[in-house]
Amino acid sequence: MIELLKKVFLVDLFQGLYVTFRNQNPKYIYTEQYPAERPKVAERYRGAPRLNINPDNGETLCIACNLCALACPENLIVVTSERNEATKRKELTTFTYDTSRCMFCGLCEDACPVDALELTQDFEMASYTREGQIWDRQALEEGPRPTQYKC
Amino acid sequence: MTDSTFLDSTELVLNMGPQHPSTHGVLRVILKLDGEKVLGTDCIIGYLHRGVEKIAENRTYAQFNPYVDRMDYVAAVSNGLGYCLAIEKLLNVEAPPRAQCIRVILTELNRIASHLLWLGTHALDIGAITPVFYCLREREEALKIFEKYCGARLTTHAFRIGGLLYETYDGFEQEIRDFCKMFIPKVDEYEELLTNNRIWVGRLKDVGILSADECKEFGVTGPVLRASGVKWDLRKAQPYSGYEKYDFEIPTRVNGDTYDRYIVRMEEMRQSVRIMQQAVESIPEGPIMGKVGKVIKPPVGEAYVSIEAPKGELGYYAVSDGSTQPYRVRVRPPSFVNLQALDRMIRGGLIADVVAVIGTLDIVLGEIDR
Repeated sequence: MIELLKKVFLVDLFQGLYVTFRNQNPKYIYTEQYPAERPKVAERYRGAPRLNINPDNGETLCIACNLCALACPENLIVVTSERNEATKRKELTTFTYDTSRCMFCGLCEDACPVDALELTQDFEMASYTREGQIWDRQALEEGPRPTQYKC
Repeated sequence: MTDSTFLDSTELVLNMGPQHPSTHGVLRVILKLDGEKVLGTDCIIGYLHRGVEKIAENRTYAQFNPYVDRMDYVAAVSNGLGYCLAIEKLLNVEAPPRAQCIRVILTELNRIASHLLWLGTHALDIGAITPVFYCLREREEALKIFEKYCGARLTTHAFRIGGLLYETYDGFEQEIRDFCKMFIPKVDEYEELLTNNRIWVGRLKDVGILSADECKEFGVTGPVLRASGVKWDLRKAQPYSGYEKYDFEIPTRVNGDTYDRYIVRMEEMRQSVRIMQQAVESIPEGPIMGKVGKVIKPPVGEAYVSIEAPKGELGYYAVSDGSTQPYRVRVRPPSFVNLQALDRMIRGGLIADVVAVIGTLDIVLGEIDR
């Protein structure tokens, strides 16, 4: 009898609707207003690569050891270097990083012995051309400069 | 048009997919229909084939690790665990206790995230739109924990061969505790929305029945098997990564229909929370990386490790020829094997049930096509 009454008065549906209305409270809004309100990504976020420079003298930290290129599963890092005759040390000449093939696994970052290569919290890496996705040394040191929108 | 077709139904061959949204990816099902009735199906897969197993042969052991995340991308952490355990078996090393405990927490969190996505999309396919918003809201919390822990939300690359790379961040334990506390009432909320809802029950009850014997014949694993009444969970049957330490139950049901599989998965989420709660209170101190060299060079041999992924038994078979690259890596994906049962489940059913059955199998095409 009770079962029948429950069926007639659509108790099950109203139970569900009650849940829906309970969640209508505006303080439960989760929508992120993205371009205006930028998301805060985690500290360990693996985003755009950056080649760190020494803040004191502006020289690169990279020692051109090629370990990141060897660690990369996609072989997208190309490091070239030449030996400085005066100091007998390898010096970095070019460093290219193809972000279009990168899967942001972080293996290059792990391999770097001097913390020169780092995956940063920048996540906006769109470009109008495919060539724009291939970052050279200068682009890696500066990092992406996305447009900042205000509402 | 011949005379006999009037009032007499004809067989119709209909393509469903690969762009159909409720095939959860790029599955193509060729349906043979008699009016509304399904006479037979034919699954065509391979639209998402990337040759992951072949890629493994050209990568070092550590380099292949990020690729396994891209097979079952909904449960990337479980895939990573399976692969790492297989290579650890080849190397004959074991992850330290602290690493094992954190691995358990993250895989259970991933199980919840995977089941939440399943519940949301499954309900969406059936026609209940509300649950997907709530499910994705809670899944977001789980993904935020992944992002904070390892820096990525979906393709996490959280584990390394021999243990973990990342130490837990400050407040990790508290966030897991908060998530568990927040999540249990939410599961009740989903159940309130769906379990007794007459449309939901009417669409799912006695749809896609699979008996226990049929499940065993097809090699179906995971929640689909447990909903048919077989109490089989690899976490209990062959414990790995310290699962024997935790107290949890294997939820089973007897009917083996779509509704039972829904109930089993809901209960599994509760059990995952139980495991996480126990694990987070007992994280031991110590190192997180085992004794693994910089260059991973396992001895000649082979290893097979299977784990209980959210979708069923996920196996990794690795053969080493003594070099730094695997000779062969074979993956036994749960979705691929479970998909076989699709024809048995919908033959004789109605065309509207096809969507419900594909949803209940919880397939991920990245894993099927590899």
